[in-house]
Order: sequence, then structure tokens, then C-alpha cells
Amino acid sequence: MATAEKPQYKVIGTRPVRHDGVDKVTGRAQYGADTQLTGMLFGATLRSPHAHANIKSIDTSRAEALAGVRAVLTNADLPEQGDRIVELGEGAVNMRHLNANVLAKEKVLYKGHAIAAVAADTIHIAEEACQLIEVDFEVLEPVLDVVKAMADDAPVLNDDIRTESLGSHPASDDASKNTNVAKHFVFEKGDIVKGFEEADIVVEREFDTATVHQGYIEPHASTAHWNADGKITVWTCTQGTFSVRHQTAELCGVPISDVKVIPTEIGGGFGGKISVYLPPVAAGLSKKTGQPVKLVMDRAAVFEATGPTPGSHMKVKIGATKDGKITSGEAWIAFEAGAYTGSPIAPGCMCVFSCYDVPNAKVDGFDVCVNKPRTNAYRAPGSTQVCFATETIVDEICKELDIEPAEFRLNNAAQEGVRRVDGPVYGKVGMIETVQAIRDSDHYQTPLTGKFQGRGIATGFWFNCGLKSAATATVNPDGTVSLVEGSTDIGGSRAGLAMQLAECLGITAEEVKPAVVDTDSVGYTDVTGGSRVTFATGIAAINAGKDIQQQMCDRAAMIWDCDETDVRYEDGCIIGSGDNRFTFKELAAKINATGGPIAGRGTASEEAQAGAFGTHCADVEVDADTGKVQILRYTVAQDVGTAIHPSYVEGQLQGGAVQGIGWALNEEYWYGEEGSMRNASFLDYRIPTIYDVPMIETILVEVPDPGHPYGVRGVGEVPICPPPAAIANAIYDAVGVRMRDLPMAPHKVCAEILKK
Amino acid sequence: MAKKRVVTTTINGDTHDFLCKPQQTLLEALRDVLGLTGTKEGCSNGNCGACTVQMDGRPVDSCLVLAVEVEGAELKTIEGVACGNHLDEVQGAFLEGAALQCGICTPGFIMQTESLLEENPTPSEEEIRFYLSGNLCRCTGYDKIVKAVQDAAEQRQTANA
Repeated sequence: MATAEKPQYKVIGTRPVRHDGVDKVTGRAQYGADTQLTGMLFGATLRSPHAHANIKSIDTSRAEALAGVRAVLTNADLPEQGDRIVELGEGAVNMRHLNANVLAKEKVLYKGHAIAAVAADTIHIAEEACQLIEVDFEVLEPVLDVVKAMADDAPVLNDDIRTESLGSHPASDDASKNTNVAKHFVFEKGDIVKGFEEADIVVEREFDTATVHQGYIEPHASTAHWNADGKITVWTCTQGTFSVRHQTAELCGVPISDVKVIPTEIGGGFGGKISVYLPPVAAGLSKKTGQPVKLVMDRAAVFEATGPTPGSHMKVKIGATKDGKITSGEAWIAFEAGAYTGSPIAPGCMCVFSCYDVPNAKVDGFDVCVNKPRTNAYRAPGSTQVCFATETIVDEICKELDIEPAEFRLNNAAQEGVRRVDGPVYGKVGMIETVQAIRDSDHYQTPLTGKFQGRGIATGFWFNCGLKSAATATVNPDGTVSLVEGSTDIGGSRAGLAMQLAECLGITAEEVKPAVVDTDSVGYTDVTGGSRVTFATGIAAINAGKDIQQQMCDRAAMIWDCDETDVRYEDGCIIGSGDNRFTFKELAAKINATGGPIAGRGTASEEAQAGAFGTHCADVEVDADTGKVQILRYTVAQDVGTAIHPSYVEGQLQGGAVQGIGWALNEEYWYGEEGSMRNASFLDYRIPTIYDVPMIETILVEVPDPGHPYGVRGVGEVPICPPPAAIANAIYDAVGVRMRDLPMAPHKVCAEILKK
Repeated sequence: MAKKRVVTTTINGDTHDFLCKPQQTLLEALRDVLGLTGTKEGCSNGNCGACTVQMDGRPVDSCLVLAVEVEGAELKTIEGVACGNHLDEVQGAFLEGAALQCGICTPGFIMQTESLLEENPTPSEEEIRFYLSGNLCRCTGYDKIVKAVQDAAEQRQTANA
């Protein structure tokens, strides 16, 4: 449903077959683990059995003596990093921490922490050799709970962490003592005391959410070759080739131009395939052996040593007048950082009240180290946790005040001109339209009739970022265009970018041939993340298209011997005065004979997008005896700006919603007290199966983002945010219990029902 | 270490002799010995279905089958689904219906769907979801996969009518 007068597009809004599709349905597509090189060795990694321990010594001699072993690598083989903060595109990282995360130095901070790696003739020899490495540990007490880790007497993980006071109103934290609390953000606007005084109702609740994993199906895999000329080539499945290049170069101590990263296809990432784990290790092993080395994680390593996204503890308080106007909000949010600082606590703070016009607000946020893998981005990082808290409180206020939840959201909605707690003022956004779309949907209008059935709605927000992208586009003599770009394609972005270039040039989507290339072959491009690719790399592709238009016009002017200003590009044609007219194809056929190739260049460096909202409606049925929650019907309405390829936009909404459903109902890291993960497999860490979910209905609300020529708004991240809250609200509607602890697993729902 | 064994098997209609170690899985043999990397590894313990192949007409997780067990068996992998350059109905339906995003689970889903439609040419939505519940997809939310299977079933029915 388009909310504004939508321009007439020829390619945008159609559903062509994706360009990389055939390779992916025939098994030809090459993913990370599919790399095969001449003379390639196979690597395996020894991982920590302890959650927290000092490494007193490592003896690799028996492993090195095993027949077929070619090299063993420990942290001692990596260049010393010192305390250097490096901006890696997705935030600043202390290289000391990144180095120690790749191969542990002095201490292991989580079970599964990599300690040493072996390269051997076969994977089986490498794995056997790992067992021969002797590590002498001094086992330390672990701390796994975010609140316990903040206590003064908690075991401290890192000896170099002091609390950094950040935000719009930084607190005066004690920066002298060694702590697990790495960051404390404070954001404030208005006067919350006055705001709560004006409220007729104030609801304050505490919430917990479990540590969850991105759960991509493809384990991490990297192959590296450190050549005799000092150049390193890395083949890997990553969300950002340039980010891998930067991290690998820093960790290996070589200039970035000595590293070339060749992207394979990537089997899912969701934020978890940005940080490097394997490339510097594979490169180090390759340096020692002179041969390419392939490292592939197994599933347990993926769970125990990559991802996850933080578990949290939150206290959120919202005040409203009796006619349903929010007057004030206050939040206290603690996120697990994992072993090293770096949780998405800042976006968590910014998102907690982001769906509403909250005149007075204060948010305290803490980034807290615990003995779990260092957390990483996961689809709208930080937003899902806080959305769960805020949106269930909002539902509680609606029930108390007897106000219809959709109306309450419309009365308080974030919209153009509203200022968020962290400062920025919204531009053109479509929250109101998504709430209206849900309110008016067939789903919302159809009453539920069954016993123990309930309905809930919730709204979520994500910023969507801009950042930098580059593309080149070359005109082929047959009238097609080769598009070369640097955004690894994680879910159909080749098609979305090709379609924008095709629209710009007035040719068909099939006439554009997109390719994702290595770091030596395209300009700098930031990661595939932040819902930025279709937006920012799209702008780069359009700019390359405009460059082609200009060059085609210049060429036609030369052929027609007229002034360039008398030639224009229109609807896939180059038009001069009189009868002078070339179709794109006609002129393309002439370019090599009339002055040579035409190659367009496009770059983008975008500050930000306007932001995106989605409102979800969930119907559930609760088994009152077991506490099992079944999703009966589910609808996602989201402001998608302009849907370039509607099928893949719907796919993002559906996939994000189902990840959110998993987070809501099943998924969590289970730890024993000694700090080992008890469910490091897809059997026990249970992501939704096809049997667990219904069809996911989608409503594409199109409020074009004025910052993009075609109105694109990133769509990938928002849909994961609302499901836990929408489902919690539906559970309340069904059985009258408020769930404030994720996941809402049967035993917890059952316990709440029994308390009633 | 134990010596390698020779295994003779039929893969996608052709007879193959290959060498493998007793502890190697069929998945490893397909990928690392035979170069058939279309079969994907997601978990190596039978939880995700990404490595599904057909063995004597039945869908199996190739990570749970030892390579030596396929002696004399008939295997079909994703590489054998298309007939030359002609995609079959299931592949076509996944492609047309945007039933894949990252694509890593797609070969497994296609192999499992092939078995489903051989056993039950007109499955209901419930039957599709039940039969495919051993195949995990993290990207799509499954909606378009169910629709692609329905579409493939319909196309096959029409073609056979």
C-alpha cells in the first residue's frame, strides 16, 4: 500500500528472478567452506574448556611432532597490539581485545575461547593434534549474570577496563577502579520528575532477556594464503570484505593494501559475520607453512565462540495521563558485553523510547563484561530487548486506562519533528501509517473466538544507517551493463541494486549483470548491515548510472557533431535535436568504435536514513496445562519506503519476524554454573522450524525516504524487534499473565499461570 | 590411522569409485573427496538438514551417514536435480517464488522437497510443514518456502495430467 503519490517506475516494484538464483538452487554457488585451493591445508582450533581461567603455559610440542601437522599457532605468534583503539566501520575496537579474542592471550574469558590452531594435511590430523596441545590453566570463578557482574565483589574479567561515562549527560562514574562495567551511557531530555508528576498512571517493571544467537546456518569459514611476496589473500564468507581486510591487516601487522579479501557467498550473518575470528589465524598458519590454510568452525564453536547478542536486565518506567498521553519515561538497561566491551547498549538506550513522543525521559545504559563470547550485532542490535520492555508496559497502560492499543500508539507516535531521547529529531517516518495499517487489516478486524486465545500488537524501530559504498558500471556492446559492487549479497541485494541501476538507465533488470567483487576490484564499501545496502549501495549504483547517462549523451553529441547540452537522456534513450535518437542498445553497440568504453563510477557516503518502523499483530493460543504458546496468525506492517523487489522485502519482514518469534519463545543460551553452554547445538538451541510458525502476512507500507532518489528505506532489521512484545501482549490477552522474561518458554508461562 | 577404503556407489546416475577413511561421513566424502560441494554443512549432527541427499530414494542427512555405508547405494544430490540446464519444478519454484535468501539451506530443502513430492504429490500445508521440519532456514521465515513447495507440487501435477 502506497501512502503517497508514487512515481511510475518500470523496474522498481517488479519481481524479477534474482541474478544469483540459479547458482543457489543448483548447488553451484560457492560458500565459505567450499573454497578449494591447490596445496591447501586444513586447520582446527583448540578451544577453552573453562569459562574463566589464566593460561599459565601452552606446550605445543607433541602436536607439532604428529605426522601430517604443518604448523601450530598461538597468540605468541601474532604481533603485539598494545592499547590501540581502531575504528572498524561497525564501531571502535580495542585491538588488544580483538587480538586476544582471536587467540587467547594470558587468559581465557569464555568456554570455547580459541587458544591455539593447527594446520595439517587433513582435518582429522589437525583435530587430533589439537588434543595433543597441553595447556596449564589456573581456573577462576566465572560470572555469567549481567547484574552480578556489576557488583563490587564480582570476579573481574579484564584488567584494563574502567567505566567510561558517555551519552548526552555523562555521569561521573568512578574511573579509577578495575570493573566489568565498561560503559555507562546517560541520555536525558526534559524533566522526568515533572513528567511523572503530570502522569495519572505510572507503570514500572523489570525485564530479563536471555543471550541469543544470530543462528545463521552456515558456520564461519575462511581460507587464507600468505604468499612469499608478503601479500595475504583471504577467501571468506563475510558481511564486509573491507572490514575483514582492515581487521586482518591490523591483526597480522601488515598494510591494508597487502591484504585482498575475496568474498564467497555468505550463508546468513544477521550481524554475526562482521568481527573476524578465523582470517588472521588462517593467515598466521599460512605464513608458517607457505600454503593456503582453510579453517571452518563446527556448530558448537559457532554457538560457544561467535555471536551472540546480549542478554539483558532492564527496569523501565512510563507515565501517562488518563486520556492516554505519555508524559515521562525512565529506563535502566544493562547489556552483557560478553568477554570484551562492545555490546549494543548505545542503540538500546536510543531505541527504548524511540517509538513515542516522550517529552521527558532519562535512560541509563551499561555495557557489562561477563564470561560469555564477546557479543556482536544481531539484526537491529539492542532494539529488540528494549522494545520488549517498553511495548509490554505500553500494553499494560492501555489495559489499565481501557484505551485501544492501536489508538494509544497513534496518540503518542513518533513522527516528523519529534525528538528522540538521545537528541536527533525525526524526519519523514511512517510509524503512524504502520499502526493504521495493522488497525485496518483483515487480521485485526477479525475477532478471536477460541478459549485461551489472545492478540497483541507491538511497534518497533530501527535507525537504518547510511555509510559508504562504491560501484562501477560498464556498458557492454550488446546493450547490457556490468555492475561491480562491494556489498556482499546476503539475501538478494544483487537484484535490488541491479534494479535501481536498470531503473536509472531505462533498461531491464536482466540487462544489468551484478557482481560482488574483492577488495582490490571495487572502491571501499562498508559492511552489509544496518539495513544500508539497498539504500547506500543503491545510491552508489544510481550515481554510476547517472555517470553513464552523461557519458552516453557526450558520446552521442560527438557522433551527431552537436553541443552536449542539446542531448538528453530520457527513458532509456539518448535524444538530440531533430530526428537524432539512439536507444541505449543502439548507442552501446557503437561505443567501442567511437571513442572507447563507457564506465560509470558511483560512490555514496550517507549520514543516515530517516529510520523505519514496523507494527506487528500476533494471535496466540496458550496451552494452559503446559504453557506452550502456539502462534495462530501473524501480520507484519512495516514502512519500507519504496519496495524495490517486493518479494525480497516481504522475505525480510517474514524472516525477521520469525527470528523474533524464536527469541520470544524458544531461544536462549543455557549455562551451567561453571560457565559452560549446555545447549550448543541446533537440537537444543532451538530456532523456529517450518512446523512452528504459520504463514507470515505482510503489509508493505510505502512512505518514501526523501534521502534516497527512489525513496528506499532499509527493511532488514526492524521486523525482529516487535515479536517478543507482541507475543507477550497476546499471551496476556489469552491467559491474563504478564511475561517479563525471555524466552517465554512453556515452563515459565506455566509457572505464571499457576501463580494466578 | 585406519587405511582408506574403496567405495563404489552411484551418484546422480553415474557409477563412482572413491577412497575414504572409515571415520569420514558421506557429507565429507561428497564435498572433500568428490568435489560435490552443493551439499552443505550446517551442523554435522543431523539437526539442520542442510546436507540432505537421497540415498536409495530416501532423504538422509549425509552428515549422519558414514561414507563406507553407501557401498552399492544409489545417491542423488543437488547437482543431480536439474536435467542438464533445465531446472526441475522444485528448483524453478524456489527461484521464482523468492524462497531463498542466503541460499545455504536451499539445496537441503530442495532435496527434502523432492522426496516429499515423490511420496505425496499433493501435500497439504500441514503435511509440507511436517515433512520439512528437519530442515532449518534462518532467513525466510519459511512462508515463501511453503508456497514454493505448493507451487512445485501444482506444476508437477499439471505436467503429469
